[in-house]
Amino acid sequence: MTENDSDLLDPASLDAAVKAAVEAFAEAADLDALAAVKPAHLGDRAPLLLARRSLGSLPGKERADAGKRVNAARQEVQAGYDARREVLLAERDARVLVEESVDVTLPWDRRPRGARHPLTQVSEQIADVFVGMGWEVAEGPEVESSWLNFDALNFGKDHPARTMQDTFYLGDSQESGLVLRTHTSPVQVRALLERELPVYVVCPGRTFRTDELDATHTPVFHQVEGLAVDKGITMAHLKGTLDAFARAMFGSESRTRLRPSYFPFTEPSAEVDVWFPEKKGGAGWVEWGGCGMVNPNVLRACGIDPDVYSGFAFGMGLERTLQFRNGLPDMRDMVEGDVRFSCAFGV
Amino acid sequence: MRVPLSWLADHVASVPSDVDAVADAFVRVGLEVEEIHGTPDVTGPLTVGRVAEIEELTGFKKPIRYCQVEFGPGPDGTPVRRGIVCGARNFAVGDLIVAALPGAVLPGPFPIAARKTYDHVSDGMIASAKELGLGADHSGILVLPPGSAEPGDDALPVLGLDDPVIELAITPDRGYCFAVRGIARELAASLDEDYTDPALRAEVPEEKTDSWPVRIDDPVGCPRYVARRVSGVDASAPTPWWMQRRLLAAGMRPISLTVDVTNFVMLDLGQPLHAFDATRLRGEIVVRRAAKGEKLRTLDDVERTLDPDDLVITDDSGPIALAGVMGGASTEIPESAEGTVDVVIEAAHFQPTSIARSARRHKLPSEASKRFERAVDPQLPPIAAERAARLLAEYGGGTVEPGRTDVGAAPVLPPVRMALDLPDRTAGVTYDRGVTVQRLTQVGCTVELETGADGRGVVVATPPSWRPDLDSPADLVEEVLRLEGYETIPSTLPAAPAGRGLTPAQVRTRAVSRTLAEAGFVEVEPFPFVGDAVWDALGLDAGDVRRRTVKVLNPLDADRPRLTTTLLPGLLETLVRNKARGFDDLALFQIGQVVLPHAQQVPMPDPGVTERPSDAEIAMIEAALPAQPRHAGAVLAGNREPLGWWGRGRQAGWADAIEAGRLVGAVAGVELRVTKAALAPWHPGRCAALRVGEWVVGHAGELHPKVVEALGLPPRTCAMELDLDAIPLQDRRPAPRVSPYPPVTVDVALVTADDVPAAEVASALTVGGGDLLEDVRLFDVYTGDQVGEGNRSLAFSLRFRAADRTLTNEEANAARDAAIAVAAERCGAVLR
Repeated sequence: MTENDSDLLDPASLDAAVKAAVEAFAEAADLDALAAVKPAHLGDRAPLLLARRSLGSLPGKERADAGKRVNAARQEVQAGYDARREVLLAERDARVLVEESVDVTLPWDRRPRGARHPLTQVSEQIADVFVGMGWEVAEGPEVESSWLNFDALNFGKDHPARTMQDTFYLGDSQESGLVLRTHTSPVQVRALLERELPVYVVCPGRTFRTDELDATHTPVFHQVEGLAVDKGITMAHLKGTLDAFARAMFGSESRTRLRPSYFPFTEPSAEVDVWFPEKKGGAGWVEWGGCGMVNPNVLRACGIDPDVYSGFAFGMGLERTLQFRNGLPDMRDMVEGDVRFSCAFGV
Repeated sequence: MRVPLSWLADHVASVPSDVDAVADAFVRVGLEVEEIHGTPDVTGPLTVGRVAEIEELTGFKKPIRYCQVEFGPGPDGTPVRRGIVCGARNFAVGDLIVAALPGAVLPGPFPIAARKTYDHVSDGMIASAKELGLGADHSGILVLPPGSAEPGDDALPVLGLDDPVIELAITPDRGYCFAVRGIARELAASLDEDYTDPALRAEVPEEKTDSWPVRIDDPVGCPRYVARRVSGVDASAPTPWWMQRRLLAAGMRPISLTVDVTNFVMLDLGQPLHAFDATRLRGEIVVRRAAKGEKLRTLDDVERTLDPDDLVITDDSGPIALAGVMGGASTEIPESAEGTVDVVIEAAHFQPTSIARSARRHKLPSEASKRFERAVDPQLPPIAAERAARLLAEYGGGTVEPGRTDVGAAPVLPPVRMALDLPDRTAGVTYDRGVTVQRLTQVGCTVELETGADGRGVVVATPPSWRPDLDSPADLVEEVLRLEGYETIPSTLPAAPAGRGLTPAQVRTRAVSRTLAEAGFVEVEPFPFVGDAVWDALGLDAGDVRRRTVKVLNPLDADRPRLTTTLLPGLLETLVRNKARGFDDLALFQIGQVVLPHAQQVPMPDPGVTERPSDAEIAMIEAALPAQPRHAGAVLAGNREPLGWWGRGRQAGWADAIEAGRLVGAVAGVELRVTKAALAPWHPGRCAALRVGEWVVGHAGELHPKVVEALGLPPRTCAMELDLDAIPLQDRRPAPRVSPYPPVTVDVALVTADDVPAAEVASALTVGGGDLLEDVRLFDVYTGDQVGEGNRSLAFSLRFRAADRTLTNEEANAARDAAIAVAAERCGAVLR
């Protein structure tokens, strides 16, 4: 025990230490400076801590008095520190965070954004609608045999759709038996040849006809067709399926209307009109596609007894669907691949 | 097919005056209404005039006439005359015409006023049929037949403009609707009105003799041929105005009495007729196939070389008509003949497919061929010939000669048997009793009811002669359903059995498309058509397998007659288009089928359609089709990361293309292995093969600078393409064992020759590191003085971990040394 140590405990020394600490805290201009001066006044080597350590050398009564004095002094320093810290914290929140503010409207689109073609999106949407009803999605090749594209679908050998006015023929002559499929119907035939009955399939895909590209036609286009073959299938089932499909695509108010028509692969056949609530110029009927009861000749060509099974089929153009649903002005936008077009439809 | 309501009213007891109601009635039973031509909007003075003088004006671009037209007596009794300028030339002094006088408004609206033109004041306008809203004829002005009106008459009632016209699109199965007779029958059925068949109205007298010698050499092509003869027809007799008006309304141009009569009867009944000039016929008419090389000058004055498949009408001089398509010039009745002509009327029945082929072969779709191609009622020939003969006699002053030639016979349609409840079962509707029989009778069938072997009712329906399309129970069902109305069919959702959802391949295609889009690629859908020039531009060798393409026989663009074997041509063309439209930073993708012909072409079988093809035939069809795998392709140019206020961005490079390929592989379920490759159109030093194991499934990298130049691409364009179908589907991938113990990570820098691929060093480390090595990651590549010329240093971070314990540093170091040892052995790597 030295003279110096016991001097630390006298009131004057303690007052001086407190005063020095409070002054040092007051001089600290920010939280970092405050943290820097803290050890000198509240750390292990600070005068008040050394004073407390020297208490042990004092006799009983004296020790108790000195202890009270040291504790009071230490509390005063701690309170001084806390008060200063509060002030500096408040100051930081008020000033520094403001100074650190940035312009969050600066663009930060560093990851380029991609998109999927609306035809892909609508085709997936349609597939999902039917998968939700228990149907399956069938696909097939774009280069197809004319037997699957025409004969099996009850097109006579002289049917005008077979001419080169309508159909792309492949190979060296029309006798090659190879065509670019003119509809997705050959996928229906494939489904009937390959699958166990009953068959409920929807067939989206790319199709080809010899139309010059213009605002309303394209030689390469997309269809989706549906086919149900089961025991006891009726035209009422066709209507019910089309109505459900229409609601899924165009909203709960939508429904369909059938008008008698003719297709070689269905009998009876009908054109499908859909009630489109958002039609330009007011809700109304829009031509959507074709449908009918599968012609018994088609079932026979697939080895199915039409006296036991019946079926319905329908088909729509995806471009046409997008055209009126999304207000597409020009068919060429679908095929030109301008990034602005696909990007408008997102992922 | 255009038809005015007044014509329909000839055959239907009561036709609504509201044209929209008539149109709706047609739509209900399946006739598509293309257009409704309502009553034309004509107001103001429309007056009949007589051409009094014609002054030919010259010195203009085209010949112009200045006409003085008389409009009957004025208030003071003297004839009112007006001077009118007219550009047409199909009229003469004395003709009756219709003039719209100043103040009139023609459909358009097109107001008429007196105006100065061609240096003369035109005090009105002489109108064509089209300008009056009366049909489509605009080849000249409308000339009324003499006696049909007087100058000064109000033209409106004369013209009969208050007769709306409905234009119908006829589906190919309804040939009988190419006549007023047929569509009136449909309208009557739709409206449940009484119908009078015009074919039953004409009286066809018995004739004992022939009118002209006729022989049918090809009874398949021509089952029946009827001829009737009318002599002494005044060649200049005008067609009565009522007939002209109907022809105009139907969209045909009145030409001469004989032509107009044959057209009128065809429109009314549906039987195409042909009129020969009897004095120009040479001997017996023979119907046969053409001989090879035979020639015929048709009415349109084109000399045509006939095909041995063409059915022709001939006389002793050779072919005189292309049967059912167009007559010949040699026996044509002269349009402006003097005196009288003798006419032989042909009313024949031809096989539809034969006529269709000839019309197509000679590119001659005529009013006749349009009808014969579908179906014409084979009972009509004597009836139609009689109608035409009588009209020629009545309006041309001719004499119907005794005798009628009628060779061959009308084919008989077999009865169709159908379960009585089939319409109900097909529609899902319980129709009222008797509906089926009533509707089938309404379309003209003769119906009997029988009881089948199982005790159920059977309908035996014999179709009428004009409905050869009714040849199966389903056809009868359609008649009942459409006439009862599709709107009576309820809406019932069928209960499909539980489905299996999308196939794994479909799920994968979607995932690939979504992933590429999320990675910043934009999907496009270019056409699959290419020309050989693109292979040259892509720098493919003469023997490159991708040049082996399927040819399009009838391409839209002669420069692109082939189906592409790779997605790159379409993607790169789309890239160039976008660049031209001002976009520099581009990343595009496409997922689609490509067409790869087999080396050995197999002939395509042509199975029948009455039963399922045999398994062997189905297999042959598949073998004869080219392979059509689904590819995914992507192209990049400009910056992959855009420039912005943050910095200059980063240019797309070979690595981005490989990354895109590996991304697709990862989504498809496979870590694609990258090896160095050299394949056009890629840069020989910057091309990677993407492999599943050893199997190459695609390529990626930067394009060859020559390709960039040849296609006009942005510099350093990069591309990737892979065959999705070649990537095996990963079904039920096994779960990994995830160790909870801490790893030991060790970094090593290995010096190798700089031509040793980093992937090989990494794979050597992987092999050497054994089971404890969890991950190998290359984090730095260094070349420079410190590693010596021709070398480089590859810095790898190796992460070791044990499955069952905390790994010690000693264990990790031993494993590291083992890894380095293999790298040293396989790649000559030296620890730096």
